[in-house]
Amino acid sequence: MNAFARQAVSVNITPPVTAGASRETAAPAAMRMTISKVNFWYGAKQTLFDVNLGIATNKVTALIGPSGCGKSTLLRTLNRMHETVRNARLEGEILLDGKNTMAQDVTLLRRRVGMVFQRPNPFPKSIFENVAYGLRINGSKIPVADAVEKSLRHAALWDEVKDHLHKSAYELSGGQQQRLCIARALAVEPEVLLLDEPCSALDPISTAKIEELLVQLKDLCTIATVTHNMQQAARISDFTAFMLTGQLIEFNPTPQLFTKPSDPRTEAYITGRFG
Amino acid sequence: MNARLRWRKFLSNFMLTMTGVCAVVSVAVLFFILGCLVYQGGTSINWNFFTKLPVPVGETGGGMANAIVGTGELLILATLFGVPIGFFGAVYLAEFSGSAMAFVVRYAADLLNGVPSIVIGIFAYAVAVHPFGHFSTYAGGFALGLMMIPITLRSTEEFLLAVPRTLREGAMALGASKWKTIVTVIVPAAYRGILTAILLAVARVAGETAPLLFTAFGNTYWSKGLKDATSSLPAVIYSYALSPYDDWHRQAWAAGLVLLVLVLVINIVARGILSRGISVPR
Repeated sequence: MNAFARQAVSVNITPPVTAGASRETAAPAAMRMTISKVNFWYGAKQTLFDVNLGIATNKVTALIGPSGCGKSTLLRTLNRMHETVRNARLEGEILLDGKNTMAQDVTLLRRRVGMVFQRPNPFPKSIFENVAYGLRINGSKIPVADAVEKSLRHAALWDEVKDHLHKSAYELSGGQQQRLCIARALAVEPEVLLLDEPCSALDPISTAKIEELLVQLKDLCTIATVTHNMQQAARISDFTAFMLTGQLIEFNPTPQLFTKPSDPRTEAYITGRFG
Repeated sequence: MNARLRWRKFLSNFMLTMTGVCAVVSVAVLFFILGCLVYQGGTSINWNFFTKLPVPVGETGGGMANAIVGTGELLILATLFGVPIGFFGAVYLAEFSGSAMAFVVRYAADLLNGVPSIVIGIFAYAVAVHPFGHFSTYAGGFALGLMMIPITLRSTEEFLLAVPRTLREGAMALGASKWKTIVTVIVPAAYRGILTAILLAVARVAGETAPLLFTAFGNTYWSKGLKDATSSLPAVIYSYALSPYDDWHRQAWAAGLVLLVLVLVINIVARGILSRGISVPR
């Protein structure tokens, strides 16, 4: 940890959206999730330091920063996926619609806060069964076939797969598999969708499709995505959080963060001087 | 060419030939055994061999229907007893246990795998024969099942651990509990490997003789039920081979041939299942 990164940063939980900086609307964004004073350890190693952040409802929030800055770790605390790792410890509070996530049943929380991973990870099942999985394990009353079609349409995959829904998911291309994973997450109608570098294993065309998809999906749910691709964050997000060595350095509306960064470290990173 | 180079060339060729010969010998042993069995026992294999009971010395003909059925029953009992214990033990090891516990169980399973089968036989006699006062098919299945536990456990565990972590995370991120993740994603992803492991364990115990000598014992007639002693192919080979009669010797060879073919078929089926590929890309 160097002194440069250690400098105290004060960050407002609520980004200043009222100044007409938001792309869509000037109305203040409501927070779907609020992260306050989160510290995080893997064993003895602390990887997050006093992070405060809000995830605005029906917006895309991007977490950027160099490798190892803690952006994926932060994302994974939002649906408590960090608990699947031994020796992980979290202090602080994460609220979903004002309620502490740590006090909720973890399976119900994960149904409300869905996640898409870095590498497409479809199950060894048919395309249909992959999307239906979340509904089946949650004993959902929603008619499965309708929900599967709806989710695949939302994920812009329906036209490509509608004639072979019962083929193995592994017969799809990487980009299609990732959209299938998005459809799978959407099927249980989550309020928040977390994406952990969803395009890092994909080619540019597949990446473009998924970016376009995310922008459309924000009407449906709140989106938080991790990316180490700054252009991607600039293209798709409404708010961007820049992280460095486990600390949140700057959190602002995306146009502002990329054009008038308030912290010199943010400027150094986005202009390519490090990272 | 000087002497030293000649010597080195000679040594090189000599060693190359030796390694080649050894490789051929190891393969040849299998074919030699198979050839021997076919030559000695092939003539005794006919329809009667599979359908008739053994006949007393002096009469010709007869078969080993009871031993073939007995071996089948023993293998089914052993599978029913050994596979669930090995399988669920492996699920616990791979998914729930701490590393210290896992180490102890793995070590113990490896030791159990190395226990001589005759010792397993004596143990099964003490536990499953002596208290009841009679030999039984159950006791034989118990002894073979004991041998299947460590084989099933260790290989199932390996196949479960080979399922990528990303699949577990994918299921848990959808709100699946750990138990549901295991039942609906991990085991289905590993089932080919697990099935192969079970088949190989069956093939491994199919030819075991020692554990059966004091448990299923043997029977000249049809077994009257699972509580009764039963004949089995390995036990028949053992007793017929020790007899002084040529006809029984031929029958023992034939029984050996049937047993070997059975084991080979199980092995080939198992390899076939596995070579169709683990269904999950790594």
